[in-house]
Amino acid sequence: MELLVAASIGILTAVGVWLLLRLHSFPVIVGTIFLSYAVNLFLFAMGRLAIDQPPIVDPAVTAYTDPLPQALVLTAIVISFGMTALIVVLALRAFLETGTDRVDGGRDEPPTVADRAGERL
Amino acid sequence: MRLALIALLPLLGAMLPPLASRAGRDAVTAVAALVTLTALALLATSAPAVLRGEIVQDGTAWVPQLGLSFSFFLDGLGLFFAALILVIGLLVIVYARSYLGRDEPVGRFFAYLLLFQGAMLGIVISDNVLLLVVFWELTSLSSFLLIGWWHQAPEGRQGARMALVVTGGGGLLLMAGMLLLGHAAGSYELSEILLRGDVVRASPLYLPILLLVLGGAFTKSAQVPFHFWLPHAMAAPTPVSTYLHSATMVKAGVFLLARLWPVLAGTEAWFLIVTATGLVTMLVGAWIALFKTDLKAILAYSTVSHLGLMTMLLGFGTPIAAVACVFHVLNHATFKAALFMGAGIVDHETGTRDIRRLGGLAGLMPITATLTLIAAAAMAGVPLFNGFLSKEMMLEAAWHTRYADLAWPVPLLATLAALLSVAYSARYAIGVFLGRPRAALAHHPHDPPAGMWLPVAVLLVPVLLIGVAPALFAGDVVALAGQATIGTAALPGYHLALWHGVTPALIMSVAAFAGAALLYAGLGPLTRLHARLDRPDAKAAFDAVVAAVVRACRTTTRRLHTESLPRYLAIITGVVVLVGAAGFFGGTHAAGGRATLPVSLPAVVAFVLLATTSLAVPAVHGMRLLTLVLVSVVGLVVSLAFLQFSAPDLALTQITVEVVATILLLLALNLLPKRTPSETGTARTAGAAPTVRMLRDGAIAGAAGLGVAALAYAVMTRDFTPISDYHLAQSKPGGGGTNVVNVILVDFRGFDTFGEIIVLSIAALAIVALLDNALRGAAARRLDTLKRAVEAADPHPTVLVVVARALLPLALTVGIYIFFRGHNLPGGGFIAGLVVAIALMMQYMAAGFDWTAARRRFDAHALIGAGVLVAGLTGLGALAFGRPFLTSSYGYFHVPLIGEIELATAMLFDTGVFLAVVGTVVLSLARISLVERRAERGPPSRSAAVPGPDRATASRPAAAAAPVGREA
Repeated sequence: MELLVAASIGILTAVGVWLLLRLHSFPVIVGTIFLSYAVNLFLFAMGRLAIDQPPIVDPAVTAYTDPLPQALVLTAIVISFGMTALIVVLALRAFLETGTDRVDGGRDEPPTVADRAGERL
Repeated sequence: MRLALIALLPLLGAMLPPLASRAGRDAVTAVAALVTLTALALLATSAPAVLRGEIVQDGTAWVPQLGLSFSFFLDGLGLFFAALILVIGLLVIVYARSYLGRDEPVGRFFAYLLLFQGAMLGIVISDNVLLLVVFWELTSLSSFLLIGWWHQAPEGRQGARMALVVTGGGGLLLMAGMLLLGHAAGSYELSEILLRGDVVRASPLYLPILLLVLGGAFTKSAQVPFHFWLPHAMAAPTPVSTYLHSATMVKAGVFLLARLWPVLAGTEAWFLIVTATGLVTMLVGAWIALFKTDLKAILAYSTVSHLGLMTMLLGFGTPIAAVACVFHVLNHATFKAALFMGAGIVDHETGTRDIRRLGGLAGLMPITATLTLIAAAAMAGVPLFNGFLSKEMMLEAAWHTRYADLAWPVPLLATLAALLSVAYSARYAIGVFLGRPRAALAHHPHDPPAGMWLPVAVLLVPVLLIGVAPALFAGDVVALAGQATIGTAALPGYHLALWHGVTPALIMSVAAFAGAALLYAGLGPLTRLHARLDRPDAKAAFDAVVAAVVRACRTTTRRLHTESLPRYLAIITGVVVLVGAAGFFGGTHAAGGRATLPVSLPAVVAFVLLATTSLAVPAVHGMRLLTLVLVSVVGLVVSLAFLQFSAPDLALTQITVEVVATILLLLALNLLPKRTPSETGTARTAGAAPTVRMLRDGAIAGAAGLGVAALAYAVMTRDFTPISDYHLAQSKPGGGGTNVVNVILVDFRGFDTFGEIIVLSIAALAIVALLDNALRGAAARRLDTLKRAVEAADPHPTVLVVVARALLPLALTVGIYIFFRGHNLPGGGFIAGLVVAIALMMQYMAAGFDWTAARRRFDAHALIGAGVLVAGLTGLGALAFGRPFLTSSYGYFHVPLIGEIELATAMLFDTGVFLAVVGTVVLSLARISLVERRAERGPPSRSAAVPGPDRATASRPAAAAAPVGREA
């Protein structure tokens, strides 16, 4: 199971980093979302994996998983959302202000017919 | 703190003149003078002890780890300089009152002047050398403000900048020198360092220390080759030139050399460097002064020359020369300040400072003429004026000095400088006041009001008294300050008197006068010859250097700052990957031995789902809506993973955040382009072809992914000792809840959570700020062009509207339930807040912005504020009971009918979290929908009497618009 989780974290990281390096704001935003998933899972995994041991105190139960990473990750998820919201709005405002959503200072060629067709998607 | 107050009083008092500026110029002047007088009185209270030969010390530690302390000490030298600064300061303040124009902000001027005064006093009474450097730089800064006083004029700005660059740069050298000095001496206190001269001179760091300290002193005291800033600083108003650039600030370098004389002087290096610099400066300054036509420029170069004289005397390294230097500091301060003030009067009355246009003013302004002639005689070193005495001492000391085993260079060049000094003094005095007027002046010049000439007269009193009876009027002062300068060495035998018999000094002096007479006679042809010589222009060189530095900075910045986010991120991630790789390949590594969990089929299915959707995203990310769908699937699998691995709270949070984030992205996508164009185009930074870039990014991303995966696997397969046993054990007895995660959030680590909701709130406010003015200007125009046909036939399907409205109370109930059970079971403020926010957002989606906004009876801003406030007050409540911030308490209460219930203050804290989360989400999303609406409907019609872009549309009656308006 650990291997699957580790692989998932790796895939999420790789996809996140790759998207982060794109030239337009939207993939960059999606990239940060992927990285958030990866980082949150990674932090969570620092408490090791455990099944059916939720940290809810019960006199009948003796084994609990580590609650501390969970508390940290819980706030991290919410903060990630705050950050995503902020950069989405930042990207939106930048697009409205400049008319382009490029983040490398370049300009796109005018959209082709195929691109226009995709507008409806 | 009496000693510290001497320096702090003017610094703090600098605030008073601007406050008094409404009361008029006289009140402002009185306030500034009063501050100076108070500091002078404070100094006087410490004076008796110093006169008895004691050293007054005072201060507190500041940053003891760095050797930095706020300590002061006052000995003869400090007292001498402090008294000079304050007395001349007082006279300058009186003078400036009449000098400055009626429409100039006098309050601000005196504020700057007092600021400088405090900084200068700080230099001369600092005990700690680092503190001295702080004050040193403060004088550079205040001098910058004062030189640039007339910042409308380019000379003012350029002169101020040049002075700041040169003296501020010198200050940096000095700081390095002082750090080394403190290191070498083993103490940063001057009073200690002065006793350890032998240690410092024997230290291998001696030469670097010497060079750095000299760098600071020479720049400040305008020694060649750093002398060029001083004439340009003459763009300052004359009171400033008088105070800073003749009497006090430029003497800071001389003061420093005198202060450190017992520590640094007496070596070969000191003698060679300091003597030569002083001698050359003395000559060069006097030579240039001879040909300048601007009165202040003549005086500026004369000041340079005299500063060179003082430096040279200190360079000799003999106690008698050091005493002569101190004496000359006093004499020069008096006559040169008087001369500057006199030049200011001439400028003020005639409107010009050009010596070629002036002449014969003696008949028109007799008082000014008399005063200036006396001061010029002192500058020339005429007997019966104080300048003569210190000049004689200088020549005497020069006579005995051999440089590089030669007896003649120093005496000869010193005599030559004295000769030039007589010549330019004569040219100054005769050219302005004697002879016939040379040009028609703008208005009839006459003597100024007493406020302007009285300070000059006061300054000339010591010039005459010391000149006639030096031992009586200056003997004690010179002995006191001289003894303090040379430290433990015995005060040499000397005799301050007019007549010493026919000494070498007298012969040199007579030779200088005779030579000057010849030179003055031949000045006309010489001036014409001088004008034809090609002279190096220091300002041009300085400007060229500055321009070159600016060019270099700009080139570097352009290289580094490419405005390309992908490039920056590629560099950052690339470096992280490389560092990780270096660590990985640099050490041993193997998987851990901890028993792994067995793989289950659902887990494999989930993994495959996650892997395929994730890996599909790079392939299809051009289609943004599809990308969003895939991201949601990934988020769902992540929530399931949390659920699987015993983290129900995380699963709940993740799934609710997922919903909110998706709505947010959909809203944004409605305005952003629907497709990501292929990455060609004319990227300004491009260089790499798209395919190459894809591969490069793929390599970075792949390496990062592999690394993180390996790291995660390595950690997960190793055993560890958690620190959370305490939390598990104390959750119920200490925090009053069984859901440990929630108890950690609201209790154990409540402070963290408090910070989190503040960050969240700030993010929401930043969003508001970003979108608030998006409905105006370029953004609004683009929104109008984006306006598109409504795509759905029915924007608000009835079924959705009905279901959403029916769901609202239900969802709110669920939210409240999740909130209340949070302390003991999965749930809590964060999750409840998100659930309630989703319920509200659903109304927006189903019924539209207007309908919902009109019915929303609360202000999201207030909600955020209330959340932070409730959480903060709960934390502060603990203080009221004498417990640390955010300590929670709980108790069980019996309520009739309902029975025993448990109430914890942590729950109140969680309420704050809840409110902040609801407010943040609702505010952010509602703001985006507001922008959205503009895109759908276009600008609000002009006929509506509703101002502002954030108000409801015109179609809505004003009454119904009011609740929306609250939001804005």
